[in-house]
Amino acid sequence: MKETDPYLAKFDELIAPTAGRHPSWVFPLRKAGIARFAELGFPTLKDEDWRFTNVAPLAKLPFKPVFGANTDGVAAKAPGRFTFADLNGPRLVFVDGHFAKEVSTIPSLAKGLKLGSLATAVVSDSAFLEKHLGRYVGTEKNAFASLNTAFFQDGAFIHVPADVAVREPIQLLFISTVRETGATTHPRNLIIAEKQSRLTVIESYVRTVDASYFTNAVTELVVGDDAVVEHVKFQDESREAFHIATVHGQFGRHSRVNAHSFALGARLSRNSIHVNLAGEGLECILNGLYLTKGEQLADHHMIVEHARPHCASHEYFNGILDDKSKGVFHGRILVQQVAQKTDAKQTNKNILLSDEAAVDTKPQLEIYADDVKCTHGATVGQLDDDAIYYLRSRGIGLETARQMLIHAFAGEIIDRVKCDPAREELDKLVWERLEANPHVAEKR
Amino acid sequence: MSQPILEIKNLHAGVEGKQILKGVDLTINAGEVHAIMGPNGSGKSTLAAVLAGRDGYEVAEGQVLYCGKDLLEMDPEERAREGVFLAFQYPIEIPGVNTTYFLKAALNEIRKHKGLSELDAVEFIELVKEKMKILHLPEDCLKRSVNDGFSGGEKKRNEIFQMAVLEPKLAILDETDSGLDIDALKVVSEGVNKLKRPDNAQFVITHYQRLLNYIIPDYVHVLFDGRVVKSGGKELALELEERGYESLVGHELQPA
Repeated sequence: MKETDPYLAKFDELIAPTAGRHPSWVFPLRKAGIARFAELGFPTLKDEDWRFTNVAPLAKLPFKPVFGANTDGVAAKAPGRFTFADLNGPRLVFVDGHFAKEVSTIPSLAKGLKLGSLATAVVSDSAFLEKHLGRYVGTEKNAFASLNTAFFQDGAFIHVPADVAVREPIQLLFISTVRETGATTHPRNLIIAEKQSRLTVIESYVRTVDASYFTNAVTELVVGDDAVVEHVKFQDESREAFHIATVHGQFGRHSRVNAHSFALGARLSRNSIHVNLAGEGLECILNGLYLTKGEQLADHHMIVEHARPHCASHEYFNGILDDKSKGVFHGRILVQQVAQKTDAKQTNKNILLSDEAAVDTKPQLEIYADDVKCTHGATVGQLDDDAIYYLRSRGIGLETARQMLIHAFAGEIIDRVKCDPAREELDKLVWERLEANPHVAEKR
Repeated sequence: MSQPILEIKNLHAGVEGKQILKGVDLTINAGEVHAIMGPNGSGKSTLAAVLAGRDGYEVAEGQVLYCGKDLLEMDPEERAREGVFLAFQYPIEIPGVNTTYFLKAALNEIRKHKGLSELDAVEFIELVKEKMKILHLPEDCLKRSVNDGFSGGEKKRNEIFQMAVLEPKLAILDETDSGLDIDALKVVSEGVNKLKRPDNAQFVITHYQRLLNYIIPDYVHVLFDGRVVKSGGKELALELEERGYESLVGHELQPA
C-alpha cells in the first residue's frame, strides 16, 4: 500500500458522494487536488524544497479528516481566552476547521465588505469564488496544498471592495479541539483586497488540547493595485501537532504588503510562503519569528517571485532555538528578466540557546534580470558578548542583560507589525514565553 | 584626608598570556581629576578594561582598591552599582534595546544597590530631560536603540549622558576624545566638567593632549610600557605635547 492510498480512499468515501451538494465547479477542483496529491505523494528529504524537514512521522499518522465541529470545548473555554482576545473588530472562529458562528463576532461591516465562512460563500457567491478559489496557489509542486484543495471544508472568505479601508483588524481564529491522533483539518482562506483598499488580517492557529492532530492550511491572499495589507499569521499549536501552511500572495501595482509569521507551537511546522510580485513598484515585507524548544522543528520556506520591475521585497526571519529543536529557513528569490530595478533583501538570524539546537538556512537566488540589487545574509550563534558586557558595565546583571538582548532580538521582528494592539500582544506573549525559559537568562 | 576613591598598587595584568601592565601604581582621591597619557601600546586600554572588569584580562599581581574594597573581586555589574563608570572608547551598538528602557533599568539597579527607591517612568523622564540639556542631545536619541545608528559624536555624547544619569563616584573616560571634531569635543568636555563634584573623581585616559585643554586635570600621569613613568600637574601634559613621548620617556627610562 502506498502512503497516499488512505487519502484517496477517504476522498472516494467522504468527498465524492458530496459532489452534488456544491456548485458544479467545486468537485472538479477537489478532484484535481487529490489527483495531484496522488501523483506527488508526501515529499521526502530528496526533494530539494524539503531537504531539511522530514515529514515521515506525519505521513505515518492515521488520516482522520474532521467533518463537522463540536464547539462545546471552545464554548467552555470561551474564545476570549485565546491570543488577541482583546482586539477590537470582527473575529471569525473556526473550530476544527469549521466556522463556529455562535462564538464569532461580526459587527456591522463597511459597505460592500464581505466577511464570513468560505463554505457559505462557495454557495452564495459561487460565480465570484469560482473565479478566485484555487486560482492563485500553485499546487503543481505542493502536495499539501493539493491535499487541502481536495478536502477543505471551511475557512474564511474576505473580500474588500476597491477604495474601502477596513480600520479594525479582522481576526481568523482556528482552534483545534480534537484529541484523536491523526485528526486532520484543512482550513482554507481566500482573502481579496481590491485596489486602493486597506486591510489587516490576523490568522491564528491555537488549540484546547495537546494531541497529535494535523492542521493543513492554505491561504490565498490577493492584493490589488495601491492596496495596503497586513497579514499576521500566528501559530501556537499543540507541541505534539503537525502544522503545514501554505500562504500564496498575489500582489498588484504599487501595493504595500506586510506578511508576518510567528511560529511558536507544533512538533513540526512548515510555512510555505510564495509571493508573486505581479505589479510594478510594489513593496512587500515578509517577516517572521520562530521560537522552538524540546524537539520542535519550525520551517519557513519562502519563494519571492519578482515578476515586474521596481519592486522591493524584504525578508526578515529571526529564530530563537533551545534544547534539541531545529529551525529551517529556505529563501528563494526569483527575479524574472523583466523585473529590472528589483531590490530584494533577505536576512535570517538565529540564536541558539543550547549546543544541541540546530538551524539549516539556505538562500537561493535566481536572477534573470541584470539591473537588480539582491542581498542575503544569515547568522547562527550566541548572544553578543560585547553587548552583554556593555549592559553589565552599567549595572545590569548578567541574567537581565541576556534577557534584554534576546527580547531585543525578538523585538526586531515584532516591531515590524504595524497593527498596534496585535504588536503589543505579540510582544507580551513572546516575552512571557522567553522569560519562562531558564536558558534565556542562564549562561550556557 | 578621607579614604582614596581608587588605589592601584603594583598592578600587573595582561591579555592572552601577554603581559601589558607591569606594575602600575596610582592613587585618586575624591574631588580630583586625573589624566593618564601614553603612546599606543603603553597599556592605557588594558588599564581601563581591567578597572571595568572586562572578560579575558588576567591580573597576575597587585591590587586595586575602590573606596577600600577589592575592585578586582567584583563582577562588572557590581562595580557599576558601587559607582564605577567606564565611558567606552568604542560604545557598543545594541539594536532593539531602547535607550530609555536600558538606562532606567541601569539606574534602578544602582539605586536598589544603594538602598534607594526605584524611579518610576515619570520621575525617570524628568531626570533624563534635565540631564539631556547638559549634553545637547536630541530627544529622539532616547527613543532609539542603544547607540544604534548613532554617529561617532552621538555615541560619545551618549556615554557622557549615561554618566550624567548614573552619577558615578569614579568615572573612567577611555579615549573619549577619539573621533570627535572640535565642537563635539567641547560639548563632551563641558558635560564632563559639569559632572565634577567634591565627592567624585574622574580618570581620563587619552592619547592626545587636546582633550586636556577642555578637561583640566589636577594630575597627569605618563604610562609607558605598562608603567607610570612620570607624574605631575597639568603642565606635564603640555610638556608632552611639545616634546613628545619619546624624549620624555627616553630620558626617564635611562636610569632604570
